Amino acid sequence: MSAPSENMPIAVGTMRARPLWLRHLPYFIGAAIAVALAATMRFDGYILNILMEATTFAIAVFGLSVVLGLCGQINLAQAAFFGLGAYAVGLGTADYHLSYWLCLVGGCVIALLAGALLGMSTLRLGGHYLAMVTISFQQIVTLVMINTIWLTHGPDGVSHIGRPVLFQSSQSYLAFCVAMLALVGYIVWHLPDTRLGRAMRAVRDNELAAGVVGIDVFRTKVSAFALSAVLGGLAGGLFAGGFAYVSPDQFSFAESVVFLTMSLLGGVASPIGSAIGTGLLILIPEWLRFLKSVPGLYLAIYGLSVILIIRYMPDGIWGFFNFATTRWRAKAKVRGAGAALQLVPATVGGDIVLDVKGLSKYFGGLKAVDGVDIAVKRGGVHALIGPNGSGKTTTLNVLSGLYKATSGKVILDGTDVTDMPPHQRAAAGLGRTFQNIRLFRSMTALENVVIGAERPGNRLVGESGDEALNARAMSALTFVGLGARANELISGFSYGHQRLIEIARALAANPTLLLLDEPAAGLNSSEKLELHELLKRIAAQGLTILIIDHDMTLVSEAAQHITVLNFGRRIADGESMAVLRHPDVVSAYLGSD
Amino acid sequence: MDLALQLLFTGIGIGAVYALVALGFVLIFRATNVVNFAQGEFSMVAAYLMVVFAVDLGWPYWLSFLLALAGMALLGAIFNLGVYYPLRHRTFLPVIIATIGASILLANSVLAIYGPQPQVLEGWFETPGIQLGPVYLDSQYLLIIAVTIVLVIFNYWFFEHTMLGKKLQATSQDKEMASLLGISVSTMIMITFIYSAVLGGLAGILVAPVLFVSIQMGSTIALKAFAATIIGGFGDVAGAIIGGLALGIIETFGAAYVSVPYKDGFAFLVLVLFLIFRPQGIFGERVAEKA
Repeated sequence: MSAPSENMPIAVGTMRARPLWLRHLPYFIGAAIAVALAATMRFDGYILNILMEATTFAIAVFGLSVVLGLCGQINLAQAAFFGLGAYAVGLGTADYHLSYWLCLVGGCVIALLAGALLGMSTLRLGGHYLAMVTISFQQIVTLVMINTIWLTHGPDGVSHIGRPVLFQSSQSYLAFCVAMLALVGYIVWHLPDTRLGRAMRAVRDNELAAGVVGIDVFRTKVSAFALSAVLGGLAGGLFAGGFAYVSPDQFSFAESVVFLTMSLLGGVASPIGSAIGTGLLILIPEWLRFLKSVPGLYLAIYGLSVILIIRYMPDGIWGFFNFATTRWRAKAKVRGAGAALQLVPATVGGDIVLDVKGLSKYFGGLKAVDGVDIAVKRGGVHALIGPNGSGKTTTLNVLSGLYKATSGKVILDGTDVTDMPPHQRAAAGLGRTFQNIRLFRSMTALENVVIGAERPGNRLVGESGDEALNARAMSALTFVGLGARANELISGFSYGHQRLIEIARALAANPTLLLLDEPAAGLNSSEKLELHELLKRIAAQGLTILIIDHDMTLVSEAAQHITVLNFGRRIADGESMAVLRHPDVVSAYLGSD
Repeated sequence: MDLALQLLFTGIGIGAVYALVALGFVLIFRATNVVNFAQGEFSMVAAYLMVVFAVDLGWPYWLSFLLALAGMALLGAIFNLGVYYPLRHRTFLPVIIATIGASILLANSVLAIYGPQPQVLEGWFETPGIQLGPVYLDSQYLLIIAVTIVLVIFNYWFFEHTMLGKKLQATSQDKEMASLLGISVSTMIMITFIYSAVLGGLAGILVAPVLFVSIQMGSTIALKAFAATIIGGFGDVAGAIIGGLALGIIETFGAAYVSVPYKDGFAFLVLVLFLIFRPQGIFGERVAEKA
């Protein structure tokens, strides 16, 4: 199997025949050879230093590939985390004569804590904040390294840094670093296919949708950020042991920029790209040493490169290469259709699945939703209709937790979800689709639906692993009629099919209640008929649906019960035909004399 | 008490500089929804332009000043065309990375040309300052405060009472609607970048005689200005000014009473406290993304 890249998730067959260890064996054989070479080949000191630098830097850049590439969050302080690890090992072994291993672990823990704290204070806010806060943090770390002389020796730096007894010679220490690189590379390579990795990609692609399918967006971001910090700390610790001397200027903002450029140049999305970028940006300056005579020239070129890469090669060298080779590779065929989809909605509460009481949402003085009551009965289709601006979509957004209710109560299947964030509502059994489709665009249809199937609280999948998740996702895609195209990227699907994939993503989660936000919007008449059929098949399995739509034919045929909103208030509620003939409803839609 | 008054004056003076740069941040943010990480470098480049014209070439101060501002207008235009405009349809992450790249490019190009030694720029006035009771009023600080007041008034008049200002506001609120009304959105964004670069440059020129003219002054000022915008409330013009002044005062008192080497750390501390306890700032309102 070729190496993965986040931007080009070339499909893997859904049924994996060979066991995991066998498929990954070539990687470990390659890694073992690399370690053996590092341990036995004869290098002169200069080459050894370059290899040591490349190996440790690559680990730090892997960290950026996790936080920036996988999760879409920026970290401009990687050199600071690198420095925390380096100073932990440096000061610990040189000044306090502690064990190297203890210092290495300690450095990782310090970097982890710093990263987690920084992330927790900032990651609820937009990306601009994170960029600025990480720059500030970077400056603070540099300030402390230079000014806290009693601890850090200030600008003089730390010398006589120790190594573990086992790896006293430079050659054996390099082999140890290569082994660590291989290990970290393995983890970063496979992270995208784990639950956490999928959550990170989902957050990067579409935060709102990620929350609604049950991913704790904040925790995912903090995890990515902390993981990136740990890798920075680990790399720094290894670096300090390798060079036996560290000083503050090696961990300045400029160094963070170098790490960022390495990551962007190689391709931020994959560890292979990171390795390429690191290698190139360590080798090129060595070849062009004469440029180093002018201070600033190097970084000026790096800055220019960043602008040019972002503009002309946003996926970096590896992404570019991957894209170019994609069309030569055969598409992985989908083997077999999924089993029939089982929907087993949970039934904890009573006859009413969703009980909304006095729900209000004010935006400043505007009462978008004003004291609305809705009671959705278990089984069947309930429609929420109203003219434009009547507060339908706001209601749905309050129900799914994207907006906080100003007042009122929302009870889902016996659980009070009024104050819960979106992912907890998903865990409580809520599924939804969006009027303007929100899929994870860099992923395949199947991956999108797998993330849906992963909903915490989905009893049909539980903890039974990837096989069960894939099977569940295939069933859901087959249910909406797209099973055969499971491994295609989202961008290849028509608008109507994307809508079906979004519904499949919600169905795979086996929700207790499904909220559909204008599912017929933008569909042509034959697609509308298909949608109607689909709704019938879903309802036949006993799943309760709350639908918002403008299409009166669809609503009157599909829904048994209708609630009508106008100007944020409920103006009618009851059995479909009776409601549609209600004089207030007629005048709201057609105007009155 | 006398010391406190003196510190208050200095704090307001330095805070006014942060406020000016923060204003540039906010204007670009409102027009493009992008934080320009090179905003501080505008100040640094303008200060170096002053050194080139007024010190190296020995031209009159007022002429150098006008030329430096003209240079900044040009830089703002180039910045827009080279960094922002090609990426305008991309998500915010590539755009901020590009502005970070631009910031590094600007700072290090100047370093490569001018070398690492800080330069000295004389103040505008011959008189160093006046003694007012217990407080010594430095003339450069007085100038900074005066210019800031004038600019804040000008800014208000420009955005609220001129057609161009209203067009700029319309663009920042709803680009699509603005273009349907016949406003050239790309021209408005261009004007915003030019205006912000000039504002940032002005701040740099004003503060240069107080600090040294150095490569680092850009990133230092940018960090403070960004902290100021968060303290005031992101995207809020009045907030940027109040936040800038508050930060200048906090920092000056912190340096006097707590620690000088960590002076630059106070901004970060205040920033983090605000992010944790009041991320919407003093004036800001929390806005949710529309589903």
